Amino acid sequence: MSHVKSLADLRKLKEDLQGKMSLREKSNHPESMVQVKVAMATCGIASGAKQVMEFFINEFDKRNIQAVVTQTGCMGYCYAEPTIEVTVPGQEPIVFGYVDTKKADEIIEKYIKNGELVEGIIPVKYQSIEINKENK
Amino acid sequence: MKDLSLHILDIVQNSISAGALEIKVSILEDQDRDQYSMEIIDNGRGIKAEDLDRVTDPFFTSRTTRKVGMGLPLLKQNAERTGGSLSISSTPGKGTSINVVFGWSNIDRPSMGDIGSTMALLISSNPAIRFIYTHTTASGSFKLDTNEVIEMLDGLSITSAPVYNFLKEMINENLREIQFS
Repeated sequence: MSHVKSLADLRKLKEDLQGKMSLREKSNHPESMVQVKVAMATCGIASGAKQVMEFFINEFDKRNIQAVVTQTGCMGYCYAEPTIEVTVPGQEPIVFGYVDTKKADEIIEKYIKNGELVEGIIPVKYQSIEINKENK
Repeated sequence: MKDLSLHILDIVQNSISAGALEIKVSILEDQDRDQYSMEIIDNGRGIKAEDLDRVTDPFFTSRTTRKVGMGLPLLKQNAERTGGSLSISSTPGKGTSINVVFGWSNIDRPSMGDIGSTMALLISSNPAIRFIYTHTTASGSFKLDTNEVIEMLDGLSITSAPVYNFLKEMINENLREIQFS
């Protein structure tokens, strides 16, 4: 009978990873890391957002990129799902539409690593109340 | 949705949006009664009594980014197509409970799909929420409580990729042991 993973194995994994202190530091300074929010409403899930999120989680780890991947609700771009919002430290957030794993790979390699904009950006059509107040 | 795990992912988003800090996902496969039931219980802000009857209306939503809410109507439709049903109860300020039943043997019942990755994704991206997942079949039962996971990790981030992949594999392996469908 093959071994089935249990929480005891999780403890062993934790000990194996103990040396990688970056995992602990990551949770303390999210604002200094790349932040990717994946829209996970009904239309996004039906369009493949789950696979996209899983891709980002694994690929950031493989490529040793300090990043936080979270899910968010509907951003209103249901026609362009899956959509993601990417915030590179020091930059304004950018929303990308029609994101599959191939586009996600391109976003990592070109935009996140090199600052090169890629196709599929959904322009912001609104300003927050705070920005509007500042501009008056 | 292609499979039931995506429905779970979708409905749990409602619980998260409602501010839930504890979400229970329970699956019961009862072939004797020909029922495949799923229950999602949260301790979020709840649904007002006057809105409870409307939540399965696709043109009713609490969101402001769009005018439709498809998650519950789609789930209800899929359940009823198999001879099943969906029921919701809620107490404002305390939480919401959704129970959906599918006909186990009905050809239109979707498979569970990759529930391991779905639960691992939810756990990994919502570290402040306690998830309790249970899955029961005639062959046995599996339970995962994120409080126990966090205790085992002892400070290691639950959001890290290695932990995500471990949880995904652990859930799927244990479910295969109890022959889930």
